[in-house]
Amino acid sequence: MASPTARVAGAVTRIDRAAALRWTRDNGVYVALVLITAYNLLFTPRFITLDNLNVQLVLVTRIVVVALGMAMVIGTAGIDLSVGAVMALSGALLVQFSGLPGVAAIALALIVGGMVGLLNGFLVGYVGIQPIVATLAFLFAGRSLAQLLLSGKNPSIHNETILGVASGSILGVNNLIIAAVVAVVLVSFMIRRTNFGRQLLAVGDNARASYLSGVPVRRTLIGVYVFSGALAAWAGVMDTASITSANALSSGLNYELFAITAVVVGGTPLAGGRVRVVGTVAAAILMQLLRSTLIFHSATDAVSQMITAVVIVAAVYIQRVKARA
Amino acid sequence: MSEPTRVESAPVLEARGVSKEFPGVKALGDVSLTVREGEVHALVGENGAGKSTLVKILTGVYQLDGGELWHRGASVTFANPRAAQAAGISTIYQELDLVPMQSAARNLYLGREPRTRFGLVDFAKMRRDARALLENYQIHADVDVPLNTLGLGTQQMVSVARAVALNANVVIMDEPTSSLESREVETLFRIIKRLKAQGVAIIYVSHRLDELYRICDTVTVLRDGKLVHTGPMTDLPRVDLVSTMLGRELQKSMHRSRTGDRTRIFDSEPVLELRQVSSRNRLHDVSLSVRRGEVVGLGGLLGAGRSETGMAVLGAQEIDSGAVLIDGQTIRNNSPSAAIEAGVALLPEDRKLEGILPNLSIRDNIAIAALPRLSRAGLVSEKRVNEIVDRFMERLHIRATGPGQKVGTLSGGNQQKVMLARWLCLNPKVLILDEPTRGIDVGAKFEVRSTIDELAHEGLAVLLITSETEELVDESDRIVVLKEGQIVAVLDGDEITEHDLVKAIAAIPAPEAESNRG
Repeated sequence: MASPTARVAGAVTRIDRAAALRWTRDNGVYVALVLITAYNLLFTPRFITLDNLNVQLVLVTRIVVVALGMAMVIGTAGIDLSVGAVMALSGALLVQFSGLPGVAAIALALIVGGMVGLLNGFLVGYVGIQPIVATLAFLFAGRSLAQLLLSGKNPSIHNETILGVASGSILGVNNLIIAAVVAVVLVSFMIRRTNFGRQLLAVGDNARASYLSGVPVRRTLIGVYVFSGALAAWAGVMDTASITSANALSSGLNYELFAITAVVVGGTPLAGGRVRVVGTVAAAILMQLLRSTLIFHSATDAVSQMITAVVIVAAVYIQRVKARA
Repeated sequence: MSEPTRVESAPVLEARGVSKEFPGVKALGDVSLTVREGEVHALVGENGAGKSTLVKILTGVYQLDGGELWHRGASVTFANPRAAQAAGISTIYQELDLVPMQSAARNLYLGREPRTRFGLVDFAKMRRDARALLENYQIHADVDVPLNTLGLGTQQMVSVARAVALNANVVIMDEPTSSLESREVETLFRIIKRLKAQGVAIIYVSHRLDELYRICDTVTVLRDGKLVHTGPMTDLPRVDLVSTMLGRELQKSMHRSRTGDRTRIFDSEPVLELRQVSSRNRLHDVSLSVRRGEVVGLGGLLGAGRSETGMAVLGAQEIDSGAVLIDGQTIRNNSPSAAIEAGVALLPEDRKLEGILPNLSIRDNIAIAALPRLSRAGLVSEKRVNEIVDRFMERLHIRATGPGQKVGTLSGGNQQKVMLARWLCLNPKVLILDEPTRGIDVGAKFEVRSTIDELAHEGLAVLLITSETEELVDESDRIVVLKEGQIVAVLDGDEITEHDLVKAIAAIPAPEAESNRG
């Protein structure tokens, strides 16, 4: 950048303010994460122990996995409200397939999750229903289906393979964390390096222009919702494994909202055309730490949710700042 | 001049030594502009010359960093567009700033709706007033249907009518005729004359020289954010105007020699052929062919079916009967991706809506159509993408901070070059250009047009759609004239003149003999 010496003073402050807001928009979530960690280091040293951090990270893994799919959907200017219900359904399916080997049961749960995504994608891409409405249908249907499958019970899971998803560890790192990290790396790679990832962003930015440029818009939309469904199903497996039982009512409850929060606070615009994977992960961790910190300081859940609301509004406010030349 | 009072009439709006900076760019430096009552003042310059910035300062969109604004003899500051509007400064933007889903009536009275006694919007009065206003200016539009269901030209006229209705004392028109057909241009000019007679000052921003010389009294030329000329329109001959704008002698004549060109058209089989293509009620039995190295122009008014013909070739307009053939082969499943695979490329008319991916980089914008070819097993080869992007950014002289710059932040001319690059990197057989020079500056226009020439010389089959008759006549080896979805004339050889073209466009549906020649 050129030396600003020649500039009029008023102009400098205006320019710097715009640049500062842009910077905040792109990096605010990381700054907030550093701040909350620093706060805890200073005032609640008991909070920042290796054990507690591990617990916090494990808690956040399911949200991260769901939010990855959500970020892809939002990248196409869509939204997927069915993810929480798919998590519940996934747990119910693990019970349903308990006669099969664990790996097969998990695979089937993922396939069903993907099929839910296929349905969502079909409704959005081919039928032309607005994403919020199309996926709302399965928000209700998915959880009802899970309840029907479990007939009101919360059966325990005994399969060692399934339980191993949550209880096992590799080199001292919990499997859930590894599962989330693998998902993050895969999705990140997919968005940056694959044809599908580039086309996804193009569709989100300008669907008509993408179509006229030969991008298979409908197929891309279907693909995005399939990924979101399958990732949600995987989060459902993780959830069921850590609770060691399936619960149609509580598993994945409100996760669609947690996921949207992580994506938005992480800096992905709802208007599509951009996906911030690392930002999403950071935001998910931030929201978790915020909540735990508040609870640690004996704040009620009600208070912590209000503070969550403030963070969301602040994040969306910063998003308003356009990158003007 | 015969009317000395005109020259001496009072200044309405003045910019005195205005400067404006953006991060890293000095958009305007010490620019002055005086607009007088009853004057049509041409504001010209290449893209990036600072026209838009100046207009935005005059209308309160931007705040100036240095200098002063004077309005009717007093120093003023317009804190926002509303303040400027309240002072009587109205703008008609290049890209319409109306509400597309609302009716023309609502748009005309947006923000100043007539109220009933109870403070509710008086829709009956609004519709009546809207109708009267449009009729008064002979604008034919249904005031009740959503604006976006009307043609682009009609929308623009509504925008003009809106400015007039605001009782403006200064009306700023930014490329007002870019989406108008010739009949509507006449209506606009009639409105301008009436405004003039009422003492309204008009700032007229346009790239169309004919129009400038027809209606403007004074001209101000900007270049690179500086004032380079201001004075009576008649004192500045065309050639001087263009060279002042460009700041260099024109490298290439706008008129290419027609006779020399014809030799490059080989008497070969057509690359693109349309056989009696019909589509809903938009196209009726359209047959035409384009050979290697040939530029076939599509003439006609707005809504004549020119864009639809292009879209039919790309597979984005459904065909009910007839066929589109590339190299003698019909395209399998009717879709843009299949057509692109077969060698079709189409530069769409509406760059913003159908062309650019505004928030993505130049790199992503160029590569998007070529992705299937630049990737293996679904993985994009970064190296090959960069190679192609670098090559075309250089070849088309795309001016940007780098391939990572967002396309939405580029000037219209550079956006258009990015669009051209998207299609040229596919190495297409057929290139369809729909209004390739609309809304871009004179310099970029030259570059785009010489690129078209180059491509035709390299053996590409080009289908050119443009509303600028001069451009159509200059560039085309053959012109097919459409009217209401039908071919009404084909101009070849010596018939390709603006005179014959206008005659053909204006003529009633032609005898069958003409349409069979396509």
